[in-house]
This record gives sequence, structure tokens and C-alpha cells, in this order.
Amino acid sequence: MTDIGYVRSDIVDARPAPNRTSGPVAWMRTNLFSTPFDTVLTVLGILFLLWVVPPLYGFFFGNAVGPNGTVEECRMINAGACWAYISSEMEFFIYGFYDIPEQWRPNIVFALGALLLTPLLIPRMPFKRTNIVLFLVIYPILSYFLLAGGVFGLKVIPTEKWGGLLVTLIISVIGITLSFPLGIILALGRQSQMPIIKTVCVGFIELIRAVPLITILFMASIMLPLFMPQGTTVDKFLRALVGVTLFTSAYMAEVVRGGLQAIPRGQYEAAESLGMGYWQRMWFIILPQALKHVIPGIVNSFIALFKDTSLVYIVGMKDLLEAVKTKNDSALEWQSANTATTGYLFAAMVFWVFCFGMSRYSIYMENRLNTGYKR
Amino acid sequence: MTTFDTGQKIAPRASFFNDPVIRGIIYQIVVATLLIGFILWIIGNTAANLAAQNKTTGFDFLWRTAGFDISFSLLPWTRASYYWEAFLVGLLNTLLVAVIGIFFATILGFTIGIARLSSNFIISSLATIYVELIRNIPLLLQLFFWYFAVLKAMPAVRDAIQLPFDTFISQRGIMVPKPLPDEQFVFVWIGLALAIVTVIALRYWAKKRLEATGKRFPVFLTSIVILLGLTSLVYVISGASVSFELPVLERFNFRGGLQLPPEFVALAFGLTIYTASFIAETVRAGILAVNKGQTEAAQSLGLKENDRLRLVIVPQAMRVIVPPLTSQYLNLTKNSSLGAAIGYPELVNVFAGTSLNQTGRAIECIAITMAVYLIFSLLTSAIMNWYNGRVRLVER
Amino acid sequence: MSQPSETTVERSINTSHMQISQTDVAIDVINMHKWYGDFHVLRDINLRVMSGERIVIAGPSGSGKSTLIRCVNRLEEHQEGQIIVNGTELTADLKRIDDVRREVGMVFQHFNLFPHLTILQNLTLAPIWVRGTPKAEAEATAMHYLERVKIPEQAHKFPGQLSGGQQQRVAIARSLCMQPKIMLFDEPTSALDPEMVKEVLEVMISLAEEGMTMICVTHEMGFARQVANRVIFMDQGQIIEQNEPEAFFSNPQHERTKLFLSQILH
Ligand SMILES: Nc1ncnc2c1ncn2[C@@H]1O[C@H](COP(=O)(O)OP(=O)(O)OP(=O)(O)O)[C@@H](O)[C@H]1O
Ligand SMILES: [Mg+2]
Repeated sequence: MTDIGYVRSDIVDARPAPNRTSGPVAWMRTNLFSTPFDTVLTVLGILFLLWVVPPLYGFFFGNAVGPNGTVEECRMINAGACWAYISSEMEFFIYGFYDIPEQWRPNIVFALGALLLTPLLIPRMPFKRTNIVLFLVIYPILSYFLLAGGVFGLKVIPTEKWGGLLVTLIISVIGITLSFPLGIILALGRQSQMPIIKTVCVGFIELIRAVPLITILFMASIMLPLFMPQGTTVDKFLRALVGVTLFTSAYMAEVVRGGLQAIPRGQYEAAESLGMGYWQRMWFIILPQALKHVIPGIVNSFIALFKDTSLVYIVGMKDLLEAVKTKNDSALEWQSANTATTGYLFAAMVFWVFCFGMSRYSIYMENRLNTGYKR
Repeated sequence: MTTFDTGQKIAPRASFFNDPVIRGIIYQIVVATLLIGFILWIIGNTAANLAAQNKTTGFDFLWRTAGFDISFSLLPWTRASYYWEAFLVGLLNTLLVAVIGIFFATILGFTIGIARLSSNFIISSLATIYVELIRNIPLLLQLFFWYFAVLKAMPAVRDAIQLPFDTFISQRGIMVPKPLPDEQFVFVWIGLALAIVTVIALRYWAKKRLEATGKRFPVFLTSIVILLGLTSLVYVISGASVSFELPVLERFNFRGGLQLPPEFVALAFGLTIYTASFIAETVRAGILAVNKGQTEAAQSLGLKENDRLRLVIVPQAMRVIVPPLTSQYLNLTKNSSLGAAIGYPELVNVFAGTSLNQTGRAIECIAITMAVYLIFSLLTSAIMNWYNGRVRLVER
Repeated sequence: MSQPSETTVERSINTSHMQISQTDVAIDVINMHKWYGDFHVLRDINLRVMSGERIVIAGPSGSGKSTLIRCVNRLEEHQEGQIIVNGTELTADLKRIDDVRREVGMVFQHFNLFPHLTILQNLTLAPIWVRGTPKAEAEATAMHYLERVKIPEQAHKFPGQLSGGQQQRVAIARSLCMQPKIMLFDEPTSALDPEMVKEVLEVMISLAEEGMTMICVTHEMGFARQVANRVIFMDQGQIIEQNEPEAFFSNPQHERTKLFLSQILH
């Protein structure tokens, strides 16, 4: 090839890689055994799996007592998870002390929620704004009256009786509904040119973000009644809601602020040059872009809120976790070595499914938005 | 959707209101008035409520005797101790569990974060499973699990499980041998301090020598040899000795040894596991944030893998990792307040819980507790601002 | 695309002293194949570069130009055939890879300066840690090369404070500080604004004048005409045609070369 002046006469066709770069053997070579150290890691990994997987399988399935089992089976030596306990107490885990003949009401609330949420999550579905208003405004109000009763001849069911997954979901949904707009207002306030408004918002956001949720709930539980005019009683449910909402809104404000800062100055100026007022600029131009930018962050705040609802036991609400704990401690007829473990594992699975689902959704949206920007 | 009409309706009537400065002032006056009114209303209500309940206010209660027990305390605590001592005990317990949690969570988090990027399929999958499993389950639930389902399900004291090194696990937590250094042991500490100073000096010398002659010195290995060697040399020469007070199982309880109560173990363990999953994500993102071109440039200059990591990749990754890492540390500290739910006597439990209930001074107790966390937070962000200012990449 | 020829590089070079004087082989690529997974990205590459020779590689996007020169310092691994650099064959052996990389400098399209180090530190990092040069000496060398690329006054700034053209010149100086025998350039000017292209090309031309062995992937056909001993045209992972610049540009043989040149030159 040293002769200068070369023209290829025959084009080399692509041929499949030699076995070294494709196929299962090559895959194993690059992903499991590429170096001696890698091989050691693989062996250690496999040993670890051999060590944990069989006992876990045994606990969850092999030796587990199925949903129709009895407590005697659960009490046997070497018995695994006691799923019979879960299935027998399922009603309590879902509804708490909610009156059994009235449980169709929470069921409608669940169904309606799913019905409104599904089209909201699918980006291609039309009527997004209507859908949002329905889900975030109409739905919580409707749900509240349906659950609490006292209207349309529905039996009154005080919030003390609500419990389990119902409470977890209701507090999450209402918390999201309220903390979202509140967070936006706080974020706008923090960006504001007006010193008093800015100071108030910054102070609120930073104070809330500095302290643990548990102290805010303590405050809601102990101090809220003190703050109210004499004689007013504040519903426990409301206390939980106020605590969780204020807490989340501060975090939400920071997420939204990130979105606002990502909007180029030109957008503000363009909106201003069109002669729009402040709220018009925000509502039509800035917020739609900013919020789109930070959907993943918003979803992460919601995941955090969902997990945080487990703390509302502090104000005396029986959310899913507290319902499970109550039964674990008090259901003597189900006492066995693995009852508590099974209960907590069940609660963990429920929480996990919701949180993991939300996080996958946020990743999906992120990818969608990314491609949107590239185009 | 109606709010934004305001500006336009006012506009035609009087241009006075159209001046953004004046409008801003008016807005602010309105907000300030509403806010002050709201606060006054709350103060009024609170005063009325307190008066109705015959309660007094003030911080004088801090100098009263507390009269309750605290199960775990780093300071001497009796029922005759004062409330301010209760505050200190709670604060120290919070700090103790936070420091231990931060230490282990950092190690575990970095390990898992790096493992997630491993080219080894099994290792990276295991790390991913860990992260996705742990961070999607509420911390409180995990604490309940470790405390009620695992530690409380351990055998009773008399059937305690014996582990190597005279360690026992039972319902009452973990018993470990208690080290009892003798008086000569001071010299060992001095020796250790000396070794650390030597190592620092050695590093400095090695750097200078490298710059002067280009010769490299195996600083890392030598440092370890000095740290271990010098310290053990002093240990042998000074004749210092550590005896261990072993926990001995008696009829109903252990005698001797050091008891790690189950509340503490569950909380430290739970915080470590939970926070490590977040730290792992932080670490992974930080490493991924370093452009691939950086590795390639370093490779093409002939830098070996170790130098490449030490001189090019890690310094850049750490800039990205440190700020979110600190906020994870802060989160861990705040989350340690969940210890209250499993009975670990940390600040919220002791002060915003027991002390508050005993004295009825709700506002004072909660204010003090919140102030502590606020100070943690302000300190951290001050340190972070300083750090960010120092390491910020200079841009045009 | 307009012709970025002599207008960009106005200085004409005295080519008489640029004839290849030595006869030793700097790089020898023999029947080399490379795959990305199942994608056959380089096919049957044969290329011998003599010491002091200057090669320009051209070809459409995705034809494997970058991949080829990255194989030469083992940023990419090849699966078949041989690559011998300065008498060392590249294999999985880390020692050999280090040996080769020490002698081969590379300049990237996106500069890849280390943003956390000053310009001077960027330049002295490898000499100190790879060659074991004393710091003072490394800094003197660094300043020498910074003067050569005409930005000694930037020594204590950070990469982020420099213009693209300045950054690329720093990147070239950084490679030169290791005193390499061979320089690889992967589209060094294509991320730059036109007025900065010239300052970078001038540095590359002066390197060529000193007899540096160079392989440049570039679309600067003016540069190729003036400086290259050979122009290589690649398409679909193979070398389609190669020739002296004059012959290559005035009389392309292969259909694909003609097509490519017609697109790039008119
Ligand atoms: N890491 C990789 N994994 C898989 N395919 C790759 C990878 N890097 C490059 N390729 C593919 O290999 C082919 C050759 O890439 P290469 O970067 O060498 O092209 P190029 O000739 O330098 O193009 P350009 O002029 O755009 O830089 C392209 O089709 C590219 O998509
Ligand atoms: Mg390329």
C-alpha cells in the first residue's frame, strides 16, 4: 500500500462479526468475564444470589401460607410468609374502620380516580386542561362529599373511621392537588421583584425545607388547635392534610423555581413586548414551558409526598402503614412468627408499586421531552 | 383564571395604578397587611386558648427537673436532670445516629453508585435492584420492619444468638465487648496523632519531590504502613493494653459489655440503607456527568487508569457529587427524627415529645426543636456556598 | 459547503524540505477489521504511514474516519488484522498500549481540555505524571509550546475562559508537550467558527513544516492540498481511493470519490 495512487476495485461487503463481538458467548465475555477481576465479581455475585434467592423464594412462595391458609399453618415451624393474614385483614388495610355496608363509596372514589388519571397520564389523549381541572379540582371535592357523607342522604362517616390505603391515597391526591398550585405561587413569589413578598416566600420555603416533616406534623397536631379561635376543633384529617400540603409545597416551589430559571430571558421579554400583564405572561407563556421542563422533578415531589403520608400516624390518622402496624400488634388470632414481617412486606409492596410506577412514568416523560427538544 | 384581568380593568381608569412601581407597593402593602393581620389573629387566638387552659409561657421550664427516664443517653442522666439537659441528650443522640448513619451511608452509597456503572452485568443489576427497591419504600416502613419485624423478633435475652467476638443479638439489641483502655493507652492516641502528622508531611514531601525531580513515591502504601506501624509500635513500647469487658449472659440479662439498644441499631441501620440508595444515585449521576471525552483525552496522553481517575475524573465528578451529597446528609439528619416512631430518644422524641407533653409548653418546645434543624440547614448551606464558590469551574 | 481552500490558509508552504526524508514505517495497519457489535464499521483497512508523512483522511459522515484513527492509539479495539505503531503491535497488553499512547498525540474535535485545571496544568499534567518530568522543566516546555501556538498569556486561565480556537491550540500544545512522534487530528477545526479555523490550521501547518508525522481527519481541502503527502478517501468503512493531493483532487478515479468531491468542492 505504499504506492501512492490506489483505487479500490472490489467493495468489501459487511460480514457478521467474528464470534468475539456478538452472540451469547461474546456477551458473557464482555459483561461477565472481561478481566480476572470481573470474573471474581461474577463469581461473588452468583454466590450471593445462590445465598439469598432460595431462602427468599422459600419465604415468599415455597413455604408461604397461601391466601386461603389458616393461622395454624402460619404457626408451623419453617413456615414462610403468612399471606392468609393479609387476605383476611385486607378489608381493614384498604378501608380502615370505614362502615362495611358503605364501602361502595370508597370503591367509587378509587374507580373514578383511575378513570380520570389514566387519560391524564397518556400524552396523546385530548382535553388535557379539562381533564386536569376534573382531576385536581372536581374530583377531590366530589370524593370528599362521597366519603364523608351528610349530603344526598348519604350516611355521615367521620374521618376518624377512614383508614388504610384509602387514607394514604386520599391524602396523597389532595396533598398533590393543593401543594401544586401553592408551590407555583411560592415559586413566583420567590422570583418576584417586590421585597416583602419575596422575603415572605423565601422565609417560608427555607424554613419548611429545613425542618423534618415530623416536626411540622407535631405542629399541625398540637399547635393548630391553639391557633384557631377558642372552641373550634380541627379535624385530624385536616391537620394531616395541612401539614403534608405545606411541607410538599415548599419542595414543589423549589422544583418550579428550577423550571422558571431555565426559561430564557427572551421569553419574558417577548411576552412583555406583546403587552401582556403579569398574570397573563405567567399563565400563557412562562408557566406552561417551565412546568413542562420540570415534570420529572414534580413527579419526584409527588413520590416523596406519597411516601411521607406514612407519617400521618403522628396526628392520629390510620394510613396504610399504621393500619398494618395496628393489626400486627393487635390481631392476636393471627399471631405467629412471621405475621408482622408479612404485614410490613405487604405494605412495602403496595408503596413500592405506586412509587416505582410514578418514577418510571417520570423517566418516560423525561425521554419524551428530551426528544421533543432535539427536534 | 380571572385574576389576571385586574391589571387591565384598572388601567383605563387611572394611569396612577398603571405605574408598576406603585402597583408593586400596593400589592406589597396588601400582602403585608394580610400577613400581619393573620399573625395577630393567631397570636390572639393562642393567647386566648392558653389563658382558657390556664397555661403559662416562657422558657423557665428549661431549668426545672424533668423527672422522666431516657433509655439511651451519652450524658449522665437521672430523673433529677433538668429539661435543658434533656434537650442536650436528645441533640447528642440525634447527632450520634446522624454521624454514624452518614459514615456508613457514604461508604455503602459510593460502593453501590460505582457498582451501578460496572460493566459486570450481575454487579450492576444487583446495584440497580437495591436502589430501585429501597428508595421506593417509605423510610418509616423500613424502620418499622427492622425494628418490629427483625430486631424485636429476635430471641429473648436468655436465648440470645451468640456471634463471633463475644457479640450477642437478642430482643434487647446487640451486646458487644466494651473496650477498657488502661492509662498507658494515652500514648497510643498520641502515637496515632503523630502518625497522621507524619503522613501529611510525607504527602507534602512526595509532592514537592515529584515536582522537583519527577520521581514518584508510593504515598498510599507508605501512609498505611506508617499509620499501622507507628501506632502499633507505640502500643508495644508503652506497654499500653486494652482489656475488653465481655458481655456475660446471666439469668435474665447481660452483665458487662456495651449495649447497643435495638432502637439505635434499627434507626442507624435503616437510615444507612435508605440514604445509601440516594447517595448511590448522586454518585452515579456525578460520574456520568464527566464527559467521555475527558477519559479519552487522558488516555491519549498516556495517563494510566489510576492517574486518570485520580487526576481527571474524580476531581470533576466530586464537584457534581458534593452539593447533592451534602443535602443527602442533611436529609439523613432530618430523617433521624423518625427515630421517635420506634422509641429512639433523639431530639424530637425527647424534646418535642416527652418534654412537651410533660410541660405543656408546646410552642417553646417545637420552636426550639425547629430552630435546631434550621441551624443545621443554615450551617450546611453556608459551607456549601463556600465550597461551590471555591470549586466552581471558571467560564467565560 | 463552500470551498475552504487557500482563502483560509493563505500562506504557501515551501514544500521542498517537506519531502519524506526517512524511510522507517511509523504506522502500519494490515488487513484490519473492526465491528461495533454486529456493525462492520472498518473493513479490510491497509495503510502504511512513513515517518514524516502527512496523511489527510476524507470521506462522508459515518464512513469510519474517526474510528480508524482512534484505533491507532487504541481508544477503540480492533478485532481482526494488525496495527503496528512505531514497531509496537497493539494488542490487549496494557504495557504496549501505554507505550504507543506515549508516542502518539491526539487532538479532538471538541478539544477535551480538562476544565478543572488551568491551561498550564493541562499542559504539564501528562509530562509530570507519565514522563516523570520535574515540574519546572515541564512548565518551561509548556510555556515554549504555548508560545508556539501564540497564547502564552493565557497560561493561568481556565479552559472555560478561552475561545474555541484558543482551546484547540491549547489542546495541540498539550499533545506536543509529550513530544510525540505521531500526531492524530480528528476534525480539529470543525467545531470552530471560520475565523478561528485559520489560527488552528496555521499551527498544524507549522507542525507539518517541522516534519511531524500526522494523520488528519479533516474537511479542509485547502489544507489537504498544501500539506498532505497523501489524501485518503473512505466510504462505508473502507479505503476507497488514495493519491497525492494534486492527482486526488484533479483526477479522482472512483465514482464515490467523484461524487464526494463534487459535493464538497462545489
Ligand atoms: N461507540 C459506537 N457504537 C456503535 N456504533 C458506533 C460507535 N461509534 C461510532 N459508531 C458508528 O460507526 C460509524 C462510523 O463512525 P465514525 O465516528 O468513525 O464516523 P466518521 O467518519 O468519523 O463520521 P463523522 O464525519 O460524522 O465524524 C458510524 O455509522 C457510527 O454510527
Ligand atoms: Mg468523526
